[in-house]
Amino acid sequence: MIDARNFMYMFYGFAAAFVILVIYVVSLALRERKLSSEIDRVRRMVEREK
Amino acid sequence: MTQTDTRDRILFVLAAVCAVLLSFNFYKIFLILPDEANQGAIYRIVYVHVPSIFTGFTGFFVALAASAAYLITGKLTYDAFAAAVTEVSLAFATIVLATGMIWGRIIWGIWWAWDARLTTMLVCWLIYAGYLMLRRAIDEPTQRARLSAVVSIFGCVDILIVWKSIEWWRTQHPAPVLSVRDGGGMGPGMEAPIYWNWLAFMCLAAILVMVRTRQEERSREIDSLRRMAHSY
Repeated sequence: MIDARNFMYMFYGFAAAFVILVIYVVSLALRERKLSSEIDRVRRMVEREK
Repeated sequence: MTQTDTRDRILFVLAAVCAVLLSFNFYKIFLILPDEANQGAIYRIVYVHVPSIFTGFTGFFVALAASAAYLITGKLTYDAFAAAVTEVSLAFATIVLATGMIWGRIIWGIWWAWDARLTTMLVCWLIYAGYLMLRRAIDEPTQRARLSAVVSIFGCVDILIVWKSIEWWRTQHPAPVLSVRDGGGMGPGMEAPIYWNWLAFMCLAAILVMVRTRQEERSREIDSLRRMAHSY
């Protein structure tokens, strides 16, 4: 029983590290998408203003 | 070959090295190395916990160098790089706190103890989280860069305290076990995967920093395009 709990918490440790990295990578991807649309919008605005 | 092509190639090479190293390391950690005599299987968390803090602290020192370079030269490129490195390092510092708590729950029977190592590490995390919050709060680029460079330099003082805390005070946290710190508390063959994982995490961190730095550059491009639009 103690060994099973020990093993399970080891899994939680590795899973926690993986989840934190995945959350960060997803946040980077979302920011990338937001920046791309923003840069397109501002470029169009500059073209209109010229 | 354009600069973007070169950057993409470097990203690809780093990702390949990271994948190979992690595959080999995890194979060794889970299938070759035996359980630790006193702790059982849970000790394997050390193979994520220690490389993460090494990666995080390396990043914070790189951010310190970039921040100092900004204060000396005034070039915003250094500031953007420091911000990117700090953000990625904070992700690794978060892993350190999370994995340490999970390990402590089994070994100590508690999630958290207010001892010197854990508390100074939490303070370190809060300083660098504060660094990122500060950057969001200030719009003026040079003022933002100057203030965040000062916070970055200040934060590195805490890193030294975190590093030495297990020598200066008697803590709940284990005393040094790595042979590089005169610990020698790990069995033969058990220490090397820590350093190989550190290398793998450094490759991963380099990938994330390159992506994040590119985003900082694009943000600056948006700002300059906005200024251009307003000047017409």
